[in-house]
Amino acid sequence: MSKPLKQIHLAAHFPGVNSTTVWSDPAAGSQIDFDSFVHFARTAERAKFDFLFLAEGLRLREQGGEIYDLDVVGRPDTFTVLAALAAVTEHLGLAGTINSTFNEPYEVARQFASLDHLSGGRAAWNVVTSWDAFTGENFRRGGFLPREERYERAREFLDTAGELFDAWDGGEILADPVSGEFLRDASPGAFAHRGEQFDISGHFNVLRSPQGRPVIFQAGDSDEGREFAAAAADAIFGRYGTLEEGRAFYADVKGRLGRYGRTPDELKILPAATFVLGDTDAEARELAREVRLQQVSGATAIKRLEHVWNRDLSGYDPDGPLPDIDPLPGENTIALGRASVRMHRDPVAVAREWRERAAAEGLSIRELVIETTERQSFVGSPLTVAQGIDALVQADAADGFILVPHLTPGGLDAFADTVVPLLQERGVFRREYDGPTLRDHLGLAAPRALAPALAPARG
Amino acid sequence: MPVHPSPSHSPGSAPGPALHLAVALDGAGWHPAAWREPGADADRLFTAGYWAALVAEAEAGLLDFVTFEDSLSLQSTDPAGPDGRTDLVRGRLDAVLVAARVAPLSRHIGLVPSVVATHTEPFHVSKALATLDYVSRGRAGLRIQISERPDEVGHFGRRTAPLDPAELYGEAADHVEVVRRLWDSWEDDAEIRDAATGRFVDRAKLHYIDFEGPRFSVKGPSITPRPPQGLPPVSALASDVAVYPFLARSADIGYVTARDAGEVRAAVAALPGTPHVFGELTVFLDEQPATAERRLQRLDAAHGAAYTSDARVFAGTAADLADLLLEWREAGLTGFRLRPGVLAHDLPAITRGLVPELQRRGAFRRSYEASSLRGLLGLARPASRYAAAPAAPAATASPAA
Ligand SMILES: Cc1cc2nc3c(=O)[nH]c(=O)nc-3n(C[C@H](O)[C@H](O)[C@H](O)COP(=O)(O)O)c2cc1C
Repeated sequence: MSKPLKQIHLAAHFPGVNSTTVWSDPAAGSQIDFDSFVHFARTAERAKFDFLFLAEGLRLREQGGEIYDLDVVGRPDTFTVLAALAAVTEHLGLAGTINSTFNEPYEVARQFASLDHLSGGRAAWNVVTSWDAFTGENFRRGGFLPREERYERAREFLDTAGELFDAWDGGEILADPVSGEFLRDASPGAFAHRGEQFDISGHFNVLRSPQGRPVIFQAGDSDEGREFAAAAADAIFGRYGTLEEGRAFYADVKGRLGRYGRTPDELKILPAATFVLGDTDAEARELAREVRLQQVSGATAIKRLEHVWNRDLSGYDPDGPLPDIDPLPGENTIALGRASVRMHRDPVAVAREWRERAAAEGLSIRELVIETTERQSFVGSPLTVAQGIDALVQADAADGFILVPHLTPGGLDAFADTVVPLLQERGVFRREYDGPTLRDHLGLAAPRALAPALAPARG
Repeated sequence: MPVHPSPSHSPGSAPGPALHLAVALDGAGWHPAAWREPGADADRLFTAGYWAALVAEAEAGLLDFVTFEDSLSLQSTDPAGPDGRTDLVRGRLDAVLVAARVAPLSRHIGLVPSVVATHTEPFHVSKALATLDYVSRGRAGLRIQISERPDEVGHFGRRTAPLDPAELYGEAADHVEVVRRLWDSWEDDAEIRDAATGRFVDRAKLHYIDFEGPRFSVKGPSITPRPPQGLPPVSALASDVAVYPFLARSADIGYVTARDAGEVRAAVAALPGTPHVFGELTVFLDEQPATAERRLQRLDAAHGAAYTSDARVFAGTAADLADLLLEWREAGLTGFRLRPGVLAHDLPAITRGLVPELQRRGAFRRSYEASSLRGLLGLARPASRYAAAPAAPAATASPAA
């Protein structure tokens, strides 16, 4: 007997501040007007996606001492735009990236609990840990957190927020006008957290929300990040969307769950994925090439090279050969506010590999960058893309994907109209939502206490 | 003998600028027993539908804006901490999120959430309000609060109680200054999408705010482009004279809790630079004065104590309230923030009773005349403080300093 087909989870990342958004296309709309968010969210909901996802960046990126101006710049506040989207959607989950470094648990827990109430149980929190003093310059506390401590604070932040989410058990409100008892409990929401990072106590003032706790996401790939996810997250926003890398990551992370008394089903692995659709595979490949040319101008190619070289390369010709000098060692100081620069953990090796490849294949700087960075995950006809997604999920390279279209706000439309019906026909994607909450969409049980799960994590 | 009849003596006409009207939304209303009244929907206070219905009613009445109360602790009658009472509304949702949730469901009315400056990051507040301005298409405002409550200090754990109020007002003024500088940190036309040079923005039109104060420093620029209104209006309650310097520096609207025309005049005189000074009144409105009085007594009886307030409490008819509002307008107020005693009863009494009464007297709008909150309040849209002054029309100007 064959194994039953896995059901695919799909989500949509609003294409924002990243290097894949093509803003120069005539079909590109506003990145900030609410209409763009409404269009995008409604398309995702029409396609029965699990959720809409927003990334976060709390300082405008700089490169070479200047604000980076080649990509989309500017984004809305996560909580505010998600709360507004709750008014124009009914089922779609609303996932926001919120930093655990430049926030306080009481306020963030209040915002997520409020969002969960106002959306009828559709809130999710992607906990990220950006540590850099560069971002810290926008906050009261400054760059106060040493880099090694970022997951310690994240853990305790999430732990504390969990205590606040659980501070009301849900039965406190009577609102009985006859007896005059509004509350059953004279002291609802009591909490006390005494830890290394937070020493707070009092009363949480938002009652228990429909999901109890928002769905928790983690995004980050280090060993600490994976361990954090295994202990405390419901889903991972991952980076590996290919068969080999995806399966390795999947097996590694799912293998860590047992340590926390969890089963593999309790953590969904959802890599980011881009796509280009055409009527035929050949047409899609041609379109994909054009998209890459729009994404990587000559100026952009030089800047991308600087992420690896960590030095000013503005004197180089993007249509010429790669620099024969080596990257500057140490923390990347040329590109500030960018998590992706840390992908290149051994820049000297990357530079050597790139130079060799460019020489062997006769690639210019721009051609090399196009070849080596952020190739589209799924390119082809709707059938090819549907098969590709399904194959990766059934092969345990992922539980689904967070799609990042390259166009705002219509970049999801064709996918919704052509790929989703094919996945539905294959029996691997829902035709209707089963329940009202995001936990329902993701097939996650009611939340469990996080504190005991976290306890052994440092051992 | 020459007679100068004051407008309140001739209620048929009320020459003078139209009044601005706002309503303060909180729980089931401002009377502690309001949640027990018929139609109060007390079991729905934490749902989006509850707030959407209130805002729709306020918008049907053409009000300038609604405010949403908030706090970072449980509501309490005890300034030091929770009071352990079970007979009063406790618990609330984040006001900015409630405002955002109702924004797409309304079209004209201003949405003004309360934010506690004492425990929040101005960077977060600035982008949240800018985003509220985007999702409401230019209808966001901000009501800034300070908090001295020791229990709130304990919720954040960053400092120790007691906090010095004077220090907190200074900090709040810095907070608002940072919020506004961040709104200005993108010039309106910073986004250029210049395909020829590959630049999405003109970085010369993005500005570091470089705020340095005794309590915090903030670099900027914002991550959110300049909001539709440029600077959404900022408001605050002038609960006592200690707040006036803060208001004078920071607010477009000050709410004053004067009890009579004399106090109104004093408050207005003390706030010479504040564009709008609004009177703050708790109102119980009925067809007959005696009915309103009896209703208030019934609420007091249910509650077991007479209702008291920092603001004047008005129980009477819409016509009598209109008289009072116009008298206080004479004393210098430009508008009012009314606190409905019972939202289920007194909000419709405002929109369906008071508003038509003021319209008959020529003192209130008959339709929305502007699409932004600044527009409704008669405030021009300011240029970014960082924008280079436009070149003088006559080309003879000497170089700018
Ligand atoms: C797919 C993915 C998406 C991410 N999105 C964000 C984001 O939106 N905002 C942010 O501050 N960091 C983001 N991060 C960065 C992580 O939160 C984390 O700070 C970073 O990856 C370093 O952690 P690590 O050492 O565990 O990888 C993302 C990381 C990944 C892998």
